[in-house]
Amino acid sequence: MNFKLTADAWVGVAVLVFAGIVYYEAAQIPASPLYARVGPAVFPFFISGAMALLGAALLVQGLRGGWSHEDPELTLLPDWRAVFWIALGLAVNLAAIADLGFTLASALMFACVSRCFGSKRPVADFGVGFALAAFAYLGFSVGLGINIGEGILEKLVF
Amino acid sequence: METLADLATGFSVALTPTNLLFALVGTLLGTAIGVLPGLGPALTIALLLPITYKVDATGAFILFAGIYYGAMYGGSTTSILLNTPGESATIITSLEGNKMAKRGRAGAALATSAIGSFVAGTIGTIGITFVAPLVVELALNFGPAEYFSLMILAFVTVSAVLGNSATRGLASLFFGIWLGLIGIDLQTGQARFTFGLLELLDGINVIVVAVGLFAVGETLWLASRHAHGKDELLPMSGSLWMTREEWKRSWKPWLRGTGLGFSIGALPAGGAEIPTFLSYYIEKKLSTKPEEFGKGAIEGVAGPEAANNASAAGVLVPMLTLGLPTSATAAIMLSAFQSYGINPGPLLFETQATLVWGLIASLYIANVMLLVMNLPMVAVWVKILAIPKPWLYAGIMVFATIGTYGISQSVIDLALLYAVGIAGYFMRRFDFPTAPVIIGMILGPLAEQELRRALTISQGDMTVFLTRPLSASLLALAALALFGPVLWKLANRRG
Repeated sequence: MNFKLTADAWVGVAVLVFAGIVYYEAAQIPASPLYARVGPAVFPFFISGAMALLGAALLVQGLRGGWSHEDPELTLLPDWRAVFWIALGLAVNLAAIADLGFTLASALMFACVSRCFGSKRPVADFGVGFALAAFAYLGFSVGLGINIGEGILEKLVF
Repeated sequence: METLADLATGFSVALTPTNLLFALVGTLLGTAIGVLPGLGPALTIALLLPITYKVDATGAFILFAGIYYGAMYGGSTTSILLNTPGESATIITSLEGNKMAKRGRAGAALATSAIGSFVAGTIGTIGITFVAPLVVELALNFGPAEYFSLMILAFVTVSAVLGNSATRGLASLFFGIWLGLIGIDLQTGQARFTFGLLELLDGINVIVVAVGLFAVGETLWLASRHAHGKDELLPMSGSLWMTREEWKRSWKPWLRGTGLGFSIGALPAGGAEIPTFLSYYIEKKLSTKPEEFGKGAIEGVAGPEAANNASAAGVLVPMLTLGLPTSATAAIMLSAFQSYGINPGPLLFETQATLVWGLIASLYIANVMLLVMNLPMVAVWVKILAIPKPWLYAGIMVFATIGTYGISQSVIDLALLYAVGIAGYFMRRFDFPTAPVIIGMILGPLAEQELRRALTISQGDMTVFLTRPLSASLLALAALALFGPVLWKLANRRG
């Protein structure tokens, strides 16, 4: 039998590594001072064992040619330009939301994600995103009394 | 008769103006969400979970039920006109429905699916009304051992039986159970898998996981496919009035689909895929015009659409009577119950009678609202599909932020959301199902709890699961579902 190191085989490896991490972390759970028939580490150890078996099975399947080729859509090459823009959008949101606030961070993310899906008008995208985010922020703060992420802009304006 | 009296009480709850408004908002929102490709009821309800802090339980569940039923109606519109099924259960609808739309019979396809959904939803709700009390009677005899075995059976069916691969389904399930265990173990007070982060002591919020998988992961996946995608939105065509022949070809598939969908949905196995596929094949076999299948046969829309809606109703039976969710949406609804401190199960019908019966009554109302809303107003819903794709997905990312960071103000939650999203992307790429993650996350800790209870009662005797007949049969069924297909394959290879 021919073994091939397909991408699917690496998934098997990843699941095995995950099983190892779960095992390691399960071993860190201290024995409970409280009495329990089923201690807190029983389920975690069981999960790591099951994951190890499943990972091994996936690795074998992967080495035998894998399963991804059954659905041609899965193996198409990713559109890296699009992936870059959406990743940038999420990263910007994550980095900026605490300081800039929900409205500005969301508008920036909105523009990046729109760009990712092929929009060519960054200013218009930013405007739409800003309007949507401001509307949502006001809706939550005025309508429900919930603050969904105050930042510089929200402190100044609202 | 007692059931009818309960149902009457339910209607008196559901028909109050506030609750009618909740039903209306739910059905509107559900239809809109269902129409949008890539958004499902599980995601929507997850995003709306925070309202459980503000709204009373009855109102919230009437809203959720409206979304749940509405998304089913809306989803079929998209499958017919756009051929991008929002959910796997509507794949079959798009098979024939999209062909009908291409031949200029979009109107008839939409009509048969809306009326079929109404028939199935209504019969399915009648089913809930009368089957649920029977299951409650049965479930009152269940002890922890039976519950544990029942959960094992549900675990096996949702992950190993449904879907393309038992291995990948089970891996998804265990990943979900692991996510559910993160945080303080409630019985022993020990922290598990918190990686030293204080934020993880309370566990990971199911909203973060559901939104991460269904919104962020799905959007990442669609982005990576962007260069290859080309969806064609077909125009509304043909009259919504079905001809006499189309009625004749539709009503039997509706009823057969309803029967299949409700009975399979109500089993602790759940899932809408199997009944819709079954219905399609049965209608193909029974059709007087089998040659039309693959080219737009109306039976192929009517039957599976009915099966889909009826199974959505059926899934509510084990959810309400046993606390056993068998779909991602039901699992999220269960976590909504938990956030009210209510535990679904047989006692729910005693302790929360107004809530349960109000919810069931509102399902009847939601169905009528949806029929009225969907048939004449279908042109309005189609307009939603005209939202430019870049803004649609960018908007989804903004709502994902509101649903997570907006509620908790925690950047860690946002980082977790994106981490789950990236995991979701890889799950999509390598064809791992996502629903078992949510079901495992909600049901895993409950299974652990039942295991502990069972072993405490039996004083540590592990055989309790095999000596109690009901528990043993449930485990036997689970083993059969798990190993049956493999053994069958081996036997055939030898023979």
